[in-house]
Amino acid sequence: MTDLIAFLEPDKAVMARRPAIIADLAGLLPESCLITDERELVPFDTDAFVSYRRMPLAVVLPETTAQVSAVLKYCNDNAIPVIPRGAGTSLSGGAIPQEDAIVIGVSKMNRILEMDFPNRAAVVQAGVTNISISQAVDADGFFYAPDPSSQLACTIGGNIGMNSGGAHCLKYGVTTNNLLGVRMVMFDGSIVDIGGKALDSAGYDLLGLICGSEGQLGIVTEATVRLIAKPEGARPVLFGFDSSETAGACVTDIIGSGIIPVAIEFMDKPAIEICEAFAHAGYPMDVEALLIVEVEGSDAEMDAMLERIIAIARKHGVKTIRESQSALEAALIWKGRKSAFGATGRIADYICMDGTVPLGQLSYVLAKTSEITDRYGLRVANVFHAGDGNMHPLILFDANDPEESRKAEMAGNDILKLCVDAGGCLTGEHGVGIEKRDLMRHQYSDADLGQQMRVRAAFDPKWILNPSKVFPLDGRNGSQPGNQSARKTAA
Amino acid sequence: MNVMDIEYPETEEEVARIVAGANAAGLTIEVRGGGTKLTFGRPVQSASTLSLARLTGITNYDPSELVMAARAGTPLAEIEAALAANNQMLTFEPIDYRPLLGATGEPSIGGVFAANNSGPRRILAGAARDSLLGVRFVNGTGEIVKSGGRVMKNVTGLDLVKLLAGSWGTLGVLSEVIFKVLPKPETAVSIVVSGLNDAQAAEAMAAAMAMSVEVSGAAHLPESVIHKVAGGRLTGGPVTILRLEGLTPSVEVRTTRLVAEMSRRGNVTVLDQAASHDLWRDIRDVKPFAGASMKPVWRVSVAPSAGHQLVAALRLKTGVDAFYDWQGGLVWLCMEADPEAGLIRQYIKALGGGHATLVRASAAIRASVPVFEPQPRALEALTRRIKDQFDPSGVLNPGRMTETM
Repeated sequence: MTDLIAFLEPDKAVMARRPAIIADLAGLLPESCLITDERELVPFDTDAFVSYRRMPLAVVLPETTAQVSAVLKYCNDNAIPVIPRGAGTSLSGGAIPQEDAIVIGVSKMNRILEMDFPNRAAVVQAGVTNISISQAVDADGFFYAPDPSSQLACTIGGNIGMNSGGAHCLKYGVTTNNLLGVRMVMFDGSIVDIGGKALDSAGYDLLGLICGSEGQLGIVTEATVRLIAKPEGARPVLFGFDSSETAGACVTDIIGSGIIPVAIEFMDKPAIEICEAFAHAGYPMDVEALLIVEVEGSDAEMDAMLERIIAIARKHGVKTIRESQSALEAALIWKGRKSAFGATGRIADYICMDGTVPLGQLSYVLAKTSEITDRYGLRVANVFHAGDGNMHPLILFDANDPEESRKAEMAGNDILKLCVDAGGCLTGEHGVGIEKRDLMRHQYSDADLGQQMRVRAAFDPKWILNPSKVFPLDGRNGSQPGNQSARKTAA
Repeated sequence: MNVMDIEYPETEEEVARIVAGANAAGLTIEVRGGGTKLTFGRPVQSASTLSLARLTGITNYDPSELVMAARAGTPLAEIEAALAANNQMLTFEPIDYRPLLGATGEPSIGGVFAANNSGPRRILAGAARDSLLGVRFVNGTGEIVKSGGRVMKNVTGLDLVKLLAGSWGTLGVLSEVIFKVLPKPETAVSIVVSGLNDAQAAEAMAAAMAMSVEVSGAAHLPESVIHKVAGGRLTGGPVTILRLEGLTPSVEVRTTRLVAEMSRRGNVTVLDQAASHDLWRDIRDVKPFAGASMKPVWRVSVAPSAGHQLVAALRLKTGVDAFYDWQGGLVWLCMEADPEAGLIRQYIKALGGGHATLVRASAAIRASVPVFEPQPRALEALTRRIKDQFDPSGVLNPGRMTETM
């Protein structure tokens, strides 16, 4: 655990009122929905960004939108910070609480409310896991497209909060492209419905704004998501290369040639070794870089597409090509890729970066990433969504060594700045959370951030929703509603 | 208004100066791109006009990265020509409102995104807002603000990009847009099913969308409108049209499967690429209702299975012509006389929700009938608060979206 990232100073007055607050909460929802025991609170003190931990004041796990509304209204009336939580799989610390905050978890709201196939939509509660939507509609020939690697655990509410992506969003887009509507509880407990089964909604695109807002605009309790007809078949193919540069160039060429596969995933040698040791997926071990290219459709379609992709790969001197010959083999190939983070966690502690860069910069950024980690004396494994330039360098370190932990965080920051300087952004799909909060000024000007913060304030005037996240802690005053005069003067 | 009242900034800084000046002086500005949608929405009451017609030029385009950046006033035609030269395209197939509105001039790329103009491929590839990756804009106080960027995946901070798309220039003056582009499909065909009524067509389109054949356009044209499209070549009753696009071998496979399924529902013919192209362009641009008429035209967005129910209900009460895109979820209504705003919106609510926009009507009607769907109170208040955070003095396009904003 390090202390590079600050949290807002907890409000001592709120903490002092803890017994009274707990008593009040007990009046708002059933006892089974309220967690206050110190030991039972521990699982909620962090998320998948485990370097930082904060014990919340209490956790509530409401069963209904009305209960969420009651708690949120109470917290707003009493100026108590609120941390919305899905499954706690955030890699950027988006769900880490603070000592004066109530965690509102949506995990008990886990029912699929409606499957409407003629309209290709499913209405689900926010605590439904990502994978369970696809499982529920599978027999009817549909699926829900965004597939973050944590899809077994992560909730649709969390996916909306972070605008989650996944390996297959190269073709199908990320959460925001697959979300049709939400029911959301606003800061004051009011409940709004935005969007629905129509493809677009009236007025400003509030749905687009809410998606990826990291729990700062309200708490989503229900979502209407788009279902897509399941392809007849899918076939991942492994392409091994002698260098990361040639693999990167091959990716650019495939995309540029007019072929958009469902997924193009990239692994460098360290990542291949880690994943193969864990999943025994049959990855080639004698290559420096591996691409998993997945195509889908009928056999004839896949053959046609693969023929062209293989021709491009040969042009780039591909060393090994292996097509999966069975559904089992295909599943193994994906198991290896999707368990990359978990497999890495078995051999070392790691932090995972998430910058996105223009495709043409992939090779440059990969080379520079190695230079950066070398400079800090750390190892790095790269496994990422190459088709859309979303990098995931995993920086390996020993969390028991405070010095190395600090180095890892600093190397991560350097890599993210590199991504921004190469024309990209700090985070492609994991969110800003606390992790990248203090780098926001590297990507945005004061005017850019000021505009975002004013919009945020329109949804949450007292800044009670996930307040330590996304926006740098300093320089907030000018944008907070308590200080309207500053804005008016500037205008 | 005379020509002198129009300002033509050539740089983003000039835009910022003009807006800041208006804001300081308590004046209002009508924001205009190519000016082809001026009669869409409520008539704007403003002291002056800011045209982006000279803020032009493609600023970044590397075809292998599938991303283009352009200044907001760049003509759409110039964008599409540059893309076509590299065998690429805008995936969202932006509607051209000129035929319907009887407008002249060249649509600008900024105007396309400010109005979130999408076309038939929206059901597969998303709307304009889904392709928009980044924006630069000048807010109502004259500040230059950027959001998003030029990469495909970006969740860094609040997504103001989406908010600006479809905001009709009421939140900021777009100065530059960065958007995703895609390779043009190698080939395209349209499967035409004849003789289905509206309800049968809705079922057929839903069945097609449930197949793994990647339908990229699903429209239904009742008999009353078929002579208005594709040069009048379609005859003999209503047609339901399904488009397939992609690599040639793949389209062949999918065509066979889709034809087999649709043949059980009606007579099927297959249109080749050229015929398909013309037909979908006419559907996209609402050709059935284009012309000199000022009969009110509505654009209705509902759940796909609700579209035909809405039309059936309306037909019992009033004179209306209609056709369907987006699997039945996008309904174009042409009213015989009265716009019937209340009736249409009441039925939409009863059918599970959606919204109706009055696209064409006389200025007098557009000033008195809510052009955009009125929102529930809580959302209306939120919308007001958001507007205030971008344009606190109400400088930009006052009255364009609602009477009070």
